[in-house]
Amino acid sequence: MQALTSRSGRGWALLAPALLWTVAFFFMPLVIMGAYSLWQRVGMRLVRTVSGSNYEQFLAKSYFLDSLINSLEVTAIVTVVSVLLAYPLAWILAVRVPTRWQHIALILAILPFWTSYVVRSYSWLLVLSEGGIISNFLLDVGITDAPVSFANNRGATVVGFVHFFVMLLTLTIYANLVQLPESYRKAAADLGAGPVRSFIHVILPLTLPGVVVGAFLTFVLCIGDYITPQILGGNRELLLPQTIMLQISRRSDFPMASALAMILMMVISIVYVACARWLKLDRV
Amino acid sequence: MASSRLFRNFPAISYVVLIYGFIFLPVVVLVLFSFQDSRIPIPPFDGPSLKWYGAILDDRRMMDALFNSVTVGLLSSMVSVVLGFLAAYSLARLNIPGARFFQGLLIAPLTVSYLIIAMGLLITFTELGIPKSLLTVGIGHVVINMPLCFAILYSQMGEHQANVERAARDLGAHDLQVMLLVSVPMLWPALFASFVLSVTFSWDEFIIAFMVSRFDVTLPVEIWSMLRSGLNPKTNAVGSLVFMVSFVVVLLLDVLISRTRRL
Repeated sequence: MQALTSRSGRGWALLAPALLWTVAFFFMPLVIMGAYSLWQRVGMRLVRTVSGSNYEQFLAKSYFLDSLINSLEVTAIVTVVSVLLAYPLAWILAVRVPTRWQHIALILAILPFWTSYVVRSYSWLLVLSEGGIISNFLLDVGITDAPVSFANNRGATVVGFVHFFVMLLTLTIYANLVQLPESYRKAAADLGAGPVRSFIHVILPLTLPGVVVGAFLTFVLCIGDYITPQILGGNRELLLPQTIMLQISRRSDFPMASALAMILMMVISIVYVACARWLKLDRV
Repeated sequence: MASSRLFRNFPAISYVVLIYGFIFLPVVVLVLFSFQDSRIPIPPFDGPSLKWYGAILDDRRMMDALFNSVTVGLLSSMVSVVLGFLAAYSLARLNIPGARFFQGLLIAPLTVSYLIIAMGLLITFTELGIPKSLLTVGIGHVVINMPLCFAILYSQMGEHQANVERAARDLGAHDLQVMLLVSVPMLWPALFASFVLSVTFSWDEFIIAFMVSRFDVTLPVEIWSMLRSGLNPKTNAVGSLVFMVSFVVVLLLDVLISRTRRL
């Protein structure tokens, strides 16, 4: 008994550093941020009285609300397009490519992962901007007769995001597909299902949970990202992270920025709960 | 025969070629135009020239940022692995009441956007009067990497290891001896993998480093401030360098892991 308590005492001692770190530098900051979101900035001063005025402002000013809507739209487009592009690739890699080539094919598929994230968005600028690769190509072929720019708009942001998430989703969906025994497809074929039917009724339902997990990951990473829209998106429309950063850098309005960050967290939580519930329902 | 197979595979092959083209296009363009001779990295290509790589190596700020990134990456990853390991060991091996709850607490940072973590830290440091520095960046990087190390190491502490540890204990080893002389060597591949993963995440992390640093910055932040000058072959050069270094590291890691697996 003595030994047991001392062992659990040692257990606490080993656990404590990680726990304290997480509490001090993760949970406490979240709590402080939550408190800030209820305070206000008046002039250049911080007024520590509790009110929901930041949240009211969020709903009242289209400037804020629009950035959330833009974010949701872009994220939805990116998630859907990325899944639609990544699934067939993962499928071909898992089913059609000989096993000994799969490893190298996967490494190649995620090679650009290893450029710096900031640089990856920048390199799309090289492709999309006026006089860039595409613009130059169109000139050479004779489709256009002056340099065109494809950068600094929503489309460029979406392309930059999709590029990143196709790699990510190909990995997660591939991991799902290779776990499916080949016999499932053979059994479906033996029972008379064509490739299309066997895909829709057997393969797709079995891999859907993995796809949803990957799509959720895409959603979270995409909606919270500042770099890609800031580099590629131009200044005609802002996404929520950009609005948050502007509140900090231009106006040093930490309370408003905190409120926006809390709203971002809420949106992610709602989608998380929806995904989790859907996955559970699906399993029953 | 061969041609009919090619014909049947044609849609799949062309799809793969298209997607790989899409994936590779920006990287190829980035690297190609890092060898550009003139000042703007757009066609026509007039290189090859190594002068932009020379410019990077001569850039004092860039080299400082590189050094800062390596330092922050190595130190914060070491802290992440050690804290993550201790916590995983404690929760997997020593019976702590409410272990599931603590597990959830430790993993929680993985579910929150870096932007939100960065903002929380910025506000907290400002509130507490802690000046922004590389130290605060490192603290932030431990916040995002420790849960990862913990999760990886926890998942590796299976029954097999527990049996060996029990045997060591039966043979008279102290808890500390068991941990350092039995568990750590057995978990070596997982420890190494989580360390390298942490370093790569810290190496590439932008938003936390951007928000909680001031005069000394890390490489992604320095590159970010370079972007303000628009398209610039120097940015291509530093981006290509980062890419090549990361790629070599990943390749080494891949070889290492597949070798340990074969053992």
